[in-house]
Amino acid sequence: MTNDVLRLTMREAAGLLREGKVSSVELTQATFDRIRAVDERLNAFITESEQVALAQAARADQMIAEGHENPLTGIPAAIKDAIVTKGVRTTAGSRILEPFVPVYDANVITLLDEAGFVMVGKTNMDEFAMGSSGENSAFGPTRNPWALDRVPGGSSAGSAAAVASGMAYWALGSDTGGSVRQPGALSGVVGLKPTYGRVSRYGLIAFGSSLDQIGTLTRSVRDAATVLQTIAGHDQRDSTSAPVEVPDYSATIGEGVKGLRVGVPREYFIEGMDGDVREAVEKAIAQLEGLGAEIDTDVSLPSTGHALSVYYIIAPSEASANLARYDGVKYGFSYDEGGSMWADMEGTRQYGFGEEVKRRIMIGTYALSAGYYDAYYIKAQKVRTLIRREFDAAFEKHDVLLTPVSPTPAFKIGEKINDPLQMYLTDVCTIPVNIAGLPGISVPCGFATADDGARLPIGLQIIAKSFDEATMFRVAHAYEQSTTWHEEFPPL
Amino acid sequence: MSLTPDEIRHIARLARLGISEEDVLRFSGQLSSILDYFEELKQVDTDDVPPTAYALDLHNVLRADETAPCTDHADVLANAPLQENGYFRVRAILEE
Repeated sequence: MTNDVLRLTMREAAGLLREGKVSSVELTQATFDRIRAVDERLNAFITESEQVALAQAARADQMIAEGHENPLTGIPAAIKDAIVTKGVRTTAGSRILEPFVPVYDANVITLLDEAGFVMVGKTNMDEFAMGSSGENSAFGPTRNPWALDRVPGGSSAGSAAAVASGMAYWALGSDTGGSVRQPGALSGVVGLKPTYGRVSRYGLIAFGSSLDQIGTLTRSVRDAATVLQTIAGHDQRDSTSAPVEVPDYSATIGEGVKGLRVGVPREYFIEGMDGDVREAVEKAIAQLEGLGAEIDTDVSLPSTGHALSVYYIIAPSEASANLARYDGVKYGFSYDEGGSMWADMEGTRQYGFGEEVKRRIMIGTYALSAGYYDAYYIKAQKVRTLIRREFDAAFEKHDVLLTPVSPTPAFKIGEKINDPLQMYLTDVCTIPVNIAGLPGISVPCGFATADDGARLPIGLQIIAKSFDEATMFRVAHAYEQSTTWHEEFPPL
Repeated sequence: MSLTPDEIRHIARLARLGISEEDVLRFSGQLSSILDYFEELKQVDTDDVPPTAYALDLHNVLRADETAPCTDHADVLANAPLQENGYFRVRAILEE
């Protein structure tokens, strides 16, 4: 089998499975051959699960023979290592969970398993999803398939790199401030963050509970809709999972953009934005206008500039509480040379957590501590309200909003790692969407040429109203199908 | 806003985070500049604006109070670094 079959979208590969041209077991074996050929260079996987995958593939071949219709049945997929998988080690990219083997499945894994998915492995990530580059992993950085000396984006770094390079047809990620959309953009694949509450967080290792949402990395918008259709819906084990009907996305995805009202908020075209990114996003907007969308560039979301501060107070505050559970007693790494219970606990956390995680625990602990709670945490929550209201007002006049995903294309490994604030600024276009709980999708919209000649993917972000992924998919699909960016494959 | 090394040690203690002297120095610089960045929020007028805890309008979510199987005892302990007689084992919390 040639590598060409590994470049297909999930739905294209699903077609081959149903025509009997290839079996799931063969696709899975080809995928592992590809992993063995390229992952030494990319480091996208923390744990490979070949035995599990081959057993799932054999079962999927049976399901397809019996007429099972979900396109993801039998298609090799990768799962971010922040999502717990029964019997398969789950580390969240952290030394503190290095030995952890979950005893239950996340809700999304249960649903995917019922649909007959094939899990090739657990992907590399910034520790506890805290990062924008993949460099904060205890298991070493993941490399961008388009330029090996650059980051693939983060925190769902391995998921994006795996899908971009043919090591998985699609992947799950998680998105707290852009961690699916930004690596999608920087690695040249589609990154979907659903509405907060659309997908159960049961079994997603918690970072910022009011912001976290499981999302997808795929090679097409249609594939993103297919996976969301499978994993969305209410789950009583997550009290923030919304009891909202999930529409049939495939019924409306092809309806086009004629007459849709599209807003372009000016605050997202920031000073210091890369020229190639600006040009590509502006061309994409013009392209959608040509397809019949009504473009309005006179849109303002004035509080956008405060989103970064709001996020870097709220997310670390929630993280400092969520990460209190890592005490070395119940599971994971345990330090035992402290001489007392407290010293062991402090040692477990000192040696088990990496630098960025400790930095955020410190920021969050400070923001929540006596005397500072109102000035930081409550203030941030109030500005959060203003950001939400501005989006609400914009969506009274517009069906979707268009913005860049990241102000720059992929940067070099090591370039920003020693300057936390510079790293935080890379999330400036994606963070407001999490703050307001909205759905957002990143779609490939061109390439930038870096100073060193590297050809680097660019992403267009489409933001929709809460629980209106259907309209977002329509716009994303119409744009994608009128371009060829999604057909490009990195020269590895 | 500048955090002194003593303040850094105090925050680390609140978080039960062991911290090296090297990290005390590094974090006092980095956290100070991050807190300086947050200062820009002060210019935002938030009088009469209620705080948002999360983006959904769901409150007091309840489920049916039905009995169901819980996680197996052996599974609960499966990842414990130390266990004894079916319990998690921790160091004594009272000094002798």
